[in-house]
Amino acid sequence: MCRIIALEKNSRRRFIVKSPKRIVCASILLLGLALTAGVVGCSGASGDPNKIKIISSFPRTGSAKGQSDTIVNGIRMALEEVDYKVGDFTIEYLDRDDATAGEGKWTPERETANADEAVKDPDVMVYIGPYNSGAAKVSIPILNQANVLMISPAVTWPGMTKPGLGDEGEPDIYRPSGRINFTRVVPADDIQGSLSAKWAASMGVKKVYILDDNEVYGKGIATLFRESCKDYGIEVLGSQQSIDMKQNEFRSLMSSIKSSGPPDLIYFGGTSQTKAGQIAKDMVAAGMGDVKLMLPDGCYEQAFIQSAGADLFDTLKVYVTFGGLPPDMLEGNGKEFVENYRKKYGRTPEGYAIYGYEAAKVALMAIEKAGKKDRVAILEACLNIKDFPGALGVWSFDENGDTTNKVMSGSTIENGEFKFVARLDEL
Amino acid sequence: MYACLLFADLTAGTWQKYFQASLDGLSMGALFALIALGYTMVYGIIELINFAHGDLFMLGTFFALSLLLAFDLTGLGAAHTSTTSIVFACALMILTVPLFTAIVNFSLDRMVYKPLRHASRLAPLVSAIGCSFVFMNLGLFWNSQLSEPRLITADRVQEVIPQPDGSTQIVTTDGNTVSNVRKVEAGWLTYETVPAASDRSFPSLLPNRNLIEGSGLRFTIKDSVVIGVTVPIMILLTMFVKLTPMGKAMRATAQDPTAARLMGINVDRVIGATFMIGGALGGVASVIYSLSVTTIGYQMGFINGLYAFTAAVLGGIGNIPGAVLGGLLIGLIRSYGSVTIGETWTSALVFALLIIILVFKPTGLLGARTREKV
Repeated sequence: MCRIIALEKNSRRRFIVKSPKRIVCASILLLGLALTAGVVGCSGASGDPNKIKIISSFPRTGSAKGQSDTIVNGIRMALEEVDYKVGDFTIEYLDRDDATAGEGKWTPERETANADEAVKDPDVMVYIGPYNSGAAKVSIPILNQANVLMISPAVTWPGMTKPGLGDEGEPDIYRPSGRINFTRVVPADDIQGSLSAKWAASMGVKKVYILDDNEVYGKGIATLFRESCKDYGIEVLGSQQSIDMKQNEFRSLMSSIKSSGPPDLIYFGGTSQTKAGQIAKDMVAAGMGDVKLMLPDGCYEQAFIQSAGADLFDTLKVYVTFGGLPPDMLEGNGKEFVENYRKKYGRTPEGYAIYGYEAAKVALMAIEKAGKKDRVAILEACLNIKDFPGALGVWSFDENGDTTNKVMSGSTIENGEFKFVARLDEL
Repeated sequence: MYACLLFADLTAGTWQKYFQASLDGLSMGALFALIALGYTMVYGIIELINFAHGDLFMLGTFFALSLLLAFDLTGLGAAHTSTTSIVFACALMILTVPLFTAIVNFSLDRMVYKPLRHASRLAPLVSAIGCSFVFMNLGLFWNSQLSEPRLITADRVQEVIPQPDGSTQIVTTDGNTVSNVRKVEAGWLTYETVPAASDRSFPSLLPNRNLIEGSGLRFTIKDSVVIGVTVPIMILLTMFVKLTPMGKAMRATAQDPTAARLMGINVDRVIGATFMIGGALGGVASVIYSLSVTTIGYQMGFINGLYAFTAAVLGGIGNIPGAVLGGLLIGLIRSYGSVTIGETWTSALVFALLIIILVFKPTGLLGARTREKV
């Protein structure tokens, strides 16, 4: 029996090979089919009326991957809780990358491509992301013109939403349509900058030296920190210096800071991807192991500890601020999330995972409140969300699309892990 | 008037600042010089700018890290760091990494550049750029294959669960489950995967102890290793080129390959030896760089290679003492630039100075030959 089938198969193969005409016929047929399918696909461009797509854009390659993995896990958990269904709609989730392996961090090209994809696909109603403030600068205006709702779990540059706190013309330049489409579930840097200065002052710091990485986020938060230093009687030594993040080491810079009278604390506005680890190393190499180093939330990830090497923190004291509470300090809904996350993935999530979860929950609520598949309706429903029972307690969106939640925490590093020190908004 | 101001500035104690900058600059410059030698020697012999050399240096650092991980010499998890294991680790790296880079550089010449020896000059140059990208991607892949050990100290382990397949799983005090751990003196080691494109921390084997404590200056054990290894190597290299028969053959080939061949010199062997020596010097630089800067990444070959190449051009490409001089100068310029006009402008300053020097002395500082260059 088997042999017969085998023979038959063989003969068929030979038959096809021997008659190229059939191949041509078959290809034409296939091509025709493909074309018809394409036409059908196009005519149904507005798609299934009951399907809504949520797209996210994070650096999925490069050293921010550890952080973005847990954010995406958070989003998936929120969607799984409702079984990818809201009212009559089924949700489809698209996880997009705005980084390239070559750069190791986000690139304007990738972020633009993701935003374009969201705009062109009529099923996409919500865009969760991006992670970097520089990336948000690129994608907000594109998505704004198409009224796509953006919910960022990590972008903290105040200029995105708050009039008068960013650069000139911000935030209106992001709103060509006149509507607000960018919201965030994380407290912005104006709060972080001033609370960082307050924290430094409470540690008895009198003199600081300020460095930044020359990016939107890093330079922004370092400037906000510098401006707040006056309010707390901290002296800023020298002028704020930008580093060139393409360089590999900053020994001379650190030596010159040291020899012009070492400060009590060095503040570096930057991320783990823009050489924060090397700054920490070179401080020790230049003999400033006794000087404190303070970093913003862009370094609140395991990748920072990895890049600096865990044993470095036996010598150097590092203080990292973060909008919200570390996973272990959360209560209520937040605690429940962390426990579920641990059960599912076997380890504690990174700091921003909870905001990924929260952003997805907000998206689902906006879709539910709007009740129809319409970008403007969903956008308006989202901005009107009040008293949201979030992971960090109840909060609302204010008139700019910012969260009213102002919880800020400070951590240090011990045994290769972040360790909670204080709640900065309660100092 | 200006001199007065400068003098006042110096007496105010800032001489220390500049002296420190010189020390830092020389230490970094010595590394650039080591890499620059690889560029300049190859150029001297076959007039090819081997753009893959910077990335070869990068591969060397990954080889060094692999050695440390494979032989468990990272020093992580040991209750106290023993000097013998550090010395052994350094000796192992300094012996095998240059061997590795020498072989890679030699094979690169045999496989890629040799078939193009008589092609137009642009062909090997473009292949060199191509090889640079190939190496860079190899580094990217290599990085993703090396897992990062992390120590979980014994006091943070709540429960140890032996698994049926012979591995061990632990539960930490904060409730995380970690599988595939290995017992070491100070606790448990776990191996984590690292995103391919991220910078890696190289184990800091050498202590940061200041050797001239009390002088207000800083010259650490790391710096002394940099100087202590690079200076003798450069002296040896000069002696090799000046005194040995192979060195003589190299100089002859550099002067005129055809005439050298007529004199009975096996030019291919000489070229092969040049690539091996250049590669080995790059390998030494990899080890010293990893030990002193302690961060490696697949992209670091580009910027370091660029500085080294600039050093070679600055000193007069093809000229061995010139490359050393150029390397040291670039180290110093970067360092002084960082102290005076600001960190952001250091690389701009280096290249501005390169342009100025080339305008007034197109052959570079020590270059004398006026043959047509690429």
